[in-house]
Amino acid sequence: MSVIIAEILAFFGEFKRIMIDGDRYKFILDGLKNTFVITLGALAIGIVIGIVVAAVRTSFDKNRESMKVRGGASYYLLAFFNALCKFYLTVTRGTPVVVQLMICYFVIFALADDGIPVAIFAFGINSGAYVAEIFRAGIMSIDHGQFEAGRSLGFNYFQTMRYIIIPQMFKAVLPTLCNEFIALLKETSVAGYVGVTDLTKAGNTIAGRMFSYFIPLLTVAVIYLIMVLILSSLVGKLERRLRKSER
Amino acid sequence: MSDNALIKVTDLKKHYNGGEVKALDGVNCEIEKGEVVVVIGPSGSGKSTFLRSLNLLEIPTGGQIIFNGADITNPKTNINKHRQKMGMVFQHFNLFPNMTVLGNMTSAPIKILKKSKKEAEEKALELLDRVGLKDRAQAFPSQLSGGQKQRVAIVRALCMEPEVMLFDEPTSALDPEMVGEVLEVMKDLASQGMTMVVVTHEMGFAKEVGSRVIFFDEGIIQEEGTPEEIFLNPKGERLKSFLSKVLI
Repeated sequence: MSVIIAEILAFFGEFKRIMIDGDRYKFILDGLKNTFVITLGALAIGIVIGIVVAAVRTSFDKNRESMKVRGGASYYLLAFFNALCKFYLTVTRGTPVVVQLMICYFVIFALADDGIPVAIFAFGINSGAYVAEIFRAGIMSIDHGQFEAGRSLGFNYFQTMRYIIIPQMFKAVLPTLCNEFIALLKETSVAGYVGVTDLTKAGNTIAGRMFSYFIPLLTVAVIYLIMVLILSSLVGKLERRLRKSER
Repeated sequence: MSDNALIKVTDLKKHYNGGEVKALDGVNCEIEKGEVVVVIGPSGSGKSTFLRSLNLLEIPTGGQIIFNGADITNPKTNINKHRQKMGMVFQHFNLFPNMTVLGNMTSAPIKILKKSKKEAEEKALELLDRVGLKDRAQAFPSQLSGGQKQRVAIVRALCMEPEVMLFDEPTSALDPEMVGEVLEVMKDLASQGMTMVVVTHEMGFAKEVGSRVIFFDEGIIQEEGTPEEIFLNPKGERLKSFLSKVLI
């Protein structure tokens, strides 16, 4: 028994020596803040891109027949944007996010001195592709009758999307969207590649300085896990609230 | 006759696969203000396609539809403006499941007609009262029976103050004991002078309420006339054989 207690005390002593002494935990706090900012920023960009791309793709799929019959330039315009979206999805989903991040930082924004906005941009563009497909699946899952009901009341296409379809779509895709959010949070751990001190990089820095890997990396892992748990429970609460209408 | 026509349909066509399938093959028809036109016919005869073409949920491949003097088949016409004046009731209700009954009824008047929330809700409650559902205003669609859902769907369309109401088999998805309550609302509506186009299998409704009955088969109007002419004195063989199957 006393051996176990001694072991535990020794662990905390080691934890204090590596993480607390010399204010090294401040790296972690700083990294945590950056991970947070990058994830939330990227998620916001991803959702905006996702809605636009999903709307273009589903509009084209749903209306290509009738637009062809009605004629006019709008068909070709939509077909062009649809092709553009498909290209974006293919490229973004077909290449690793680290490569995209490095291309953004070292090539596209080579003059940028702060990596954080670049990371937000790169992860946002990347996440947008996945969110777009999630939203598209969500829109396709809504009964076409909902769409017709909206149109028959006099809503135009975009109003129908905005007031009728997208609110229902959000509810349907919430669990999948949460999944994407969690994946994104963990994906930002490669931000260290472009000189951003995110949570992972912070742990790694401490580890490098103290020549001890176990405790800093364990700390980082536990923090990621706690964030994911909090996130999941928040989304669970939101889901239950939205499900109210299905009693 | 044509001066009074609210809807004038000329040579309406809906072809699929480049003419291989002809859902509508040259339909001519005029609907006057205050008429209750009942559309009957076997399944696959094009009657639903015809109804859904009237507000362009189906885009016709040929012909013309004049509504209120405007050619709505012209791509340049703003169809959204005209759809506001054509209420539509669907077989499967299509209520918005994420909104309350009141939300279902007020969203379009608020967002499209820019009515105040208070004004829209007053109007909605008044209509709900008329169909006996005032106490369900805060309920969600999933909490309603089929008949209640369809009554809400009817008053939802009425909230936009339409000039014509289109009914696409409004009682076909209902349990038999709920058909009556929905037909009652429709009768009430007809007696108030609403122009109605009703696709239905309810022959009793057609006889009692219809001012004109149209018989569809193979994408064209085979016969039309007053309920007496159609039901008591059918001329064509198709109509006779159809009626012999549905009137037991």
